[in-house]
Amino acid sequence: MSNQHLDYDVLSALQEVMEEEYPLLLDTFLTDSEVRLNELHRATDPQQLGQAAHSFKGSSSNMGATQLADLCRQLEERVKHPPLNDIEDLVNRIDHEFAEVRRLYRDERQRFPC
Amino acid sequence: MLAASEPLTVLIADDNMTDRMLLSSIVRRQGHRVLTASDGQEAIEVFQARRPQLVLLDAMMPVIDGFEAARQIKELAGDALVPIIFLTSMTEEQALVRCLEAGGDDFLAKPYNQVILAAKIKAMDRLRRLQATVLDQRDQITRHHGYLLNEQRVAKAVFDQVAHSGCLSSPNIRYLQSPYALFNGDLLLAAFTPSGGMHLLLGDFTGHGLPAAVGAMPLAEVFYGMTAKGYGMAEILREMNAKLKRILPVDMFCCATLLYLNFQRQVVEVWNGGMPDGYLRRMASDEHIPLRSRHLPLGVLSRASFQEKTEVFSMVPGDRLFLCSDGVIDTADSDEELFGVDRLQRVFELNRNPDLLFEDIHAALKAFRGESRDDVSMVQVEMVEPDSLEQPATIYSDSGASSPLNWSMSLELRADTLKRFNPLPYLLQLLQEIHGLRAQSGALYSVLSELYSNALEHGVLGLDSSLKRDAEGFAQYYDQRNTRLNQLKDGYVRMHFLVQPEGTGGRLTIDVEDSGHGFDARQVIARDAEETGLSGRGLKLIRQLSRSAQWSEDGRSACVEFTWEALA
Repeated sequence: MSNQHLDYDVLSALQEVMEEEYPLLLDTFLTDSEVRLNELHRATDPQQLGQAAHSFKGSSSNMGATQLADLCRQLEERVKHPPLNDIEDLVNRIDHEFAEVRRLYRDERQRFPC
Repeated sequence: MLAASEPLTVLIADDNMTDRMLLSSIVRRQGHRVLTASDGQEAIEVFQARRPQLVLLDAMMPVIDGFEAARQIKELAGDALVPIIFLTSMTEEQALVRCLEAGGDDFLAKPYNQVILAAKIKAMDRLRRLQATVLDQRDQITRHHGYLLNEQRVAKAVFDQVAHSGCLSSPNIRYLQSPYALFNGDLLLAAFTPSGGMHLLLGDFTGHGLPAAVGAMPLAEVFYGMTAKGYGMAEILREMNAKLKRILPVDMFCCATLLYLNFQRQVVEVWNGGMPDGYLRRMASDEHIPLRSRHLPLGVLSRASFQEKTEVFSMVPGDRLFLCSDGVIDTADSDEELFGVDRLQRVFELNRNPDLLFEDIHAALKAFRGESRDDVSMVQVEMVEPDSLEQPATIYSDSGASSPLNWSMSLELRADTLKRFNPLPYLLQLLQEIHGLRAQSGALYSVLSELYSNALEHGVLGLDSSLKRDAEGFAQYYDQRNTRLNQLKDGYVRMHFLVQPEGTGGRLTIDVEDSGHGFDARQVIARDAEETGLSGRGLKLIRQLSRSAQWSEDGRSACVEFTWEALA
């Protein structure tokens, strides 16, 4: 089942690979993502911003958060063409998308009480 | 899930914890051991410490990025192939190309596709093992090459011991040989005979390397051993041929030219089996007489079929003989045309200073081919005045305790034996048991040879010694000698030896008698006193070298004495 925020086919494939470590993966992603977001906000130059976006793009695509991944890709592209007037807007959209995705991941996490 | 054929140790370097965890699980599920690193620096350190066989490297990492880490890891790997697969969510062509140019062997896009990853790991491992095989074989080849060079070094050292007793350093010999001649199959040997003559052999074995060298040693032993004992060319050739035929494989043989320079008689005897033409240069007329190959090489024919017939040429002091290996004639230019005999003869014609002949030939070869060769062998021998060369003293290996000092012996050699047996080496060996006589070995042998050949050739065979007056006469003389010897039915040569102590030393008396018609000894001695030159029965020589020499009136018997004092 696919949904524009989260690709559940990817999640079931992940579950198959990780087996009993699947919950740990979800937790790791959520923690890791907070760090990434911080990096995004704290970035002082375009290069730092681009690197943070690039990294977040990678993990979110691996975890099936396709829309989030795409937004990160857009940010990564955008920082290559200064001036960066509307960057704030894009970062905010990433924040919102992640909030949504985080809710869905927590629901998913609920299925594995431990 | 695709299983790997063989578990590898895989290093996964990614700064993103999620990706790292995910990839580790995927790879572990495929049956491999996993090491992880979270930045480029750590990746390099872990690689150095644990030496994984495969590396999965995120391109964008902090501290040291993926590209630099890849470069350093490749350097640490050295000759071995450690495949690096870049992990990337880059999509632009440029970025992907950069991965490969940085030393990556492949890349894997995020999100990770397990199936593709497994296939790539398998393919990379195949390449890795191929490289490992290549390196291993390279090391084996290097090792074996080392053994080969060592074998050749040892073989050469042994051979140099076998060949060292030669007289190639004699002032009338000039030669040119590559230090690796042995392994080209080229052989150059020279030795004095007991009577002060010289044997010289230039040989060319089939093959290269150790197989070519290995035949040279037994041949050198035969050459030196028999020459020292006083054997003639015919016997030495027969023995060398038989030996090589026996010990060499069927397709191996030795082309050779053998020379015997007789300084007393100022002649050279030549036997050429399969070598390029040698040349006799007469300085007076500036002629170059070719010494052609008239026989098959040594080691081909059976004993029964082997031909030891030689050609005889007279020479005067200053005349030279030139021999070379086929490297000279076979030198080819870039159109594969051969230098050939004609060009060599042209060099002879143009050569003004015989001492520079080798240089002239080298220059001509170099001009022809465009570069110089180091595998040609050349030798030049000069005829000199009798007794002008210093011979090294023979070294005897016994202690001197046993010496027969009072004995006599008689021999009668009849027709059949005269045809096929040379008694001189045996007689000389026996006489050398008398220590007091050893200092006169050379004279003794010369005298014995003269007495025996007089008895056989002029006595029994009835050959006319005056034939040997000129070069043509010589060839005729030796032809006649062979014919008459082959046809001989009756006749004998008798030799009697008497050894007696005298004072503190001793006396050897040699009597030689033949069944021939005899000659007027007085007349010949008188004539000999005036004449010099090629002909004659060498009576003057015998008288010079011995204590006393007398002939019976009818000339059919000779009596020669040697005496010696006690050794100090």
